[in-house]
Amino acid sequence: MSMKTSTPAESSRNESMAPSAAARLRKVHWYQEPRWRRLGALLALAVTFTLMTGEEGTTRDLFLALREDFTGPGLWLWVGIAVLVWVVREFLSDQASGAAKWTKRTASGPFAAVREAWGSNASLRVGVLLAGLALAVFGPLGLERYWQQVLVDQIAIFVLLTIGLNVVIGWAGLLDLGFIAFFAIGAYSAAYWTGALPVQPPVVLNNFLVIPIAVATCLVAGVLLGAPVLRLRGDYLAIVTLGFHEIVYLMAKNAESVTEGVRGVKVERFSIDLGFFSYEWKLDPMPYYWVLIGFTVLALFLFLRLEHSKVGRAWTAIREDEVAAAATGVNTVRYKLMAFAIGASTSGVAGVAYASKVGYFNPENFAILLSILVLAYVVFGGMGSIPGVIFGAAFLVWLPEALREWVDPKDRYMYLGALLVVMMIYRPQGVLPSRRRKRELEMAEAGIGGADATGPAEGRQQ
Amino acid sequence: MSGTTQSRKAPERGESTSPVVLELRDLHVFYGAIEALKGINLTVRRGEVVALLGANGAGKSTTLRTASGMIAPREGQVLLHGERVDGIKSHDLVRFGIGHVPEGRGVFPRMTVRENLQMGAYRFKSVDKDDLDRVFTLFPRLGERKSQLGGTLSGGEQQMLAIGRALMGKPEVLLLDEPSMGLAPLIVQQIFEIIKEINEQGTTVLLVEQNASQALRMADRGYVLETGSVAMEGGAAELLSDPRVRAAYLGEGAA
Repeated sequence: MSMKTSTPAESSRNESMAPSAAARLRKVHWYQEPRWRRLGALLALAVTFTLMTGEEGTTRDLFLALREDFTGPGLWLWVGIAVLVWVVREFLSDQASGAAKWTKRTASGPFAAVREAWGSNASLRVGVLLAGLALAVFGPLGLERYWQQVLVDQIAIFVLLTIGLNVVIGWAGLLDLGFIAFFAIGAYSAAYWTGALPVQPPVVLNNFLVIPIAVATCLVAGVLLGAPVLRLRGDYLAIVTLGFHEIVYLMAKNAESVTEGVRGVKVERFSIDLGFFSYEWKLDPMPYYWVLIGFTVLALFLFLRLEHSKVGRAWTAIREDEVAAAATGVNTVRYKLMAFAIGASTSGVAGVAYASKVGYFNPENFAILLSILVLAYVVFGGMGSIPGVIFGAAFLVWLPEALREWVDPKDRYMYLGALLVVMMIYRPQGVLPSRRRKRELEMAEAGIGGADATGPAEGRQQ
Repeated sequence: MSGTTQSRKAPERGESTSPVVLELRDLHVFYGAIEALKGINLTVRRGEVVALLGANGAGKSTTLRTASGMIAPREGQVLLHGERVDGIKSHDLVRFGIGHVPEGRGVFPRMTVRENLQMGAYRFKSVDKDDLDRVFTLFPRLGERKSQLGGTLSGGEQQMLAIGRALMGKPEVLLLDEPSMGLAPLIVQQIFEIIKEINEQGTTVLLVEQNASQALRMADRGYVLETGSVAMEGGAAELLSDPRVRAAYLGEGAA
């Protein structure tokens, strides 16, 4: 249709009068284009950063500090970085992807050979996996003690937690913000059954024997919480789980006669005594690390089998459309409960391991922030993708530690936040997204369905 | 509108004496304090196509949802081969041979056509290859779009996929909730022809429809619901020629 064919009356009206309401609404202002919006977001981020990394108002006069922030080089540095990120992403993305394509093409020969060998040669697959595992197991021996400590206390624990939460959020699509509550339940189970709490257990157990008990406890807690609330979805479920976390957290804090409250609990570390063989885990982090690797590999083995089983397909179906899932014979309640309980028990195992490693904890170790962080790791890595969430957890736990050497330690999490913001603008599907999750986002951009994995699928709202 | 489903069999099929498969007995269903169904009685015999007609809010979908176990009736019974099945959850009822195509189709938007169909066979250990072929023969369009995502199909194709997915569960009775909703007349005709074919291959069909004339042309018998009760019932041809039905649902004469 051509605009030239408008009648003389129309054209004269258009010239003489202000544009019609429809024309005004149709007009897209330049700042409404996604490209400029993204620049706006990045610039806002740069200003925030200037403020946060600049002079501090508490150490000097507040307004003086503010003035220093915006007259110094900091502002220009941050604005420069923001604009650079934007320019590379918006204008050089063709070149960047061209370079990536070129690399892919030139490398495709050797890559294809490798891929083919990978597909056809089972012993090669096993060999590579074993080599990777060996690297994961023995590689950290070469690290400094400090990094070994980080690897165990944080990375390994959080990887285990993230794998667990991935089942709940990534696969079953249930937004759980109270995940750390189960971590706390696991830790306090360890304390209780090893006799570290003011209340004594019927029998004092070895830390390792507590693990099945903690799993069972978290399963029961997960089912107890889940059964009444799993009719809820998305936002509503998130609020309920948030509330559950607060209940557990405040109980740990205030029930002093049971939990020692804020004074915290001292727990014995791992030990084995089989009569003919005994070993105690002491200060060296590596033996704990190996225990955690064991748990993680076990969890991975079980979960990967689940993902491609009927259970995994049922979870996908529930995530996509609950009514249709039920109509095809999926017991939605049972599978949602199952996901919830599996996640909870993984969290519980991590809790026991954590308590038995650090030897001392208090309720502040289970603050709500941790639940949010674990969620961020899952989203950052790529919901529903096991390699993705492992990478997400490992990288995002490592980053603040590494930043310690570069920036003011107080500011570390700010950089983490900024990374998440940039990530959600440019790569919302995560670093290593699952195939299905990628589809969801592509389709959401095309206007089919929501990008929110936890919300109802389109067209089913009633 | 030209009668395209001309494959009417002998008219006495309306008074079929084949065994009753599904029976609803004096169903009362409530949404909170609102009584949506006020004592519905309905029978479906083996091999029949039964149409459930009525205006918006008459209780058609509620009836179907009760039959498929998505809603439990407060009073009354749902009988499958004479055995009570009311109160059984819909996901379990699938195993008794009830296939439900919910209103608004409900295909899995981010699964491919093939994955959607595979989900339909969820109650079995493995997907029956013959069933898959049968669906692709019934709906050649789905066969052409095996690896397309459910959400990117057109409305008519989604309806076909939803029906195909229900067939993968080898249902004895197929419950269809407004298969014509939001579709172009030509597509509706196609889908109705396929439903007829499915029926002739041995599946009993209970169909909820707004599109009364097309539904009745295909059906053996029909029930007309009004505000939660059965207002009329009878052979399809009989209903189709009933002046009251024509006035109220076929837009003829004064309503």
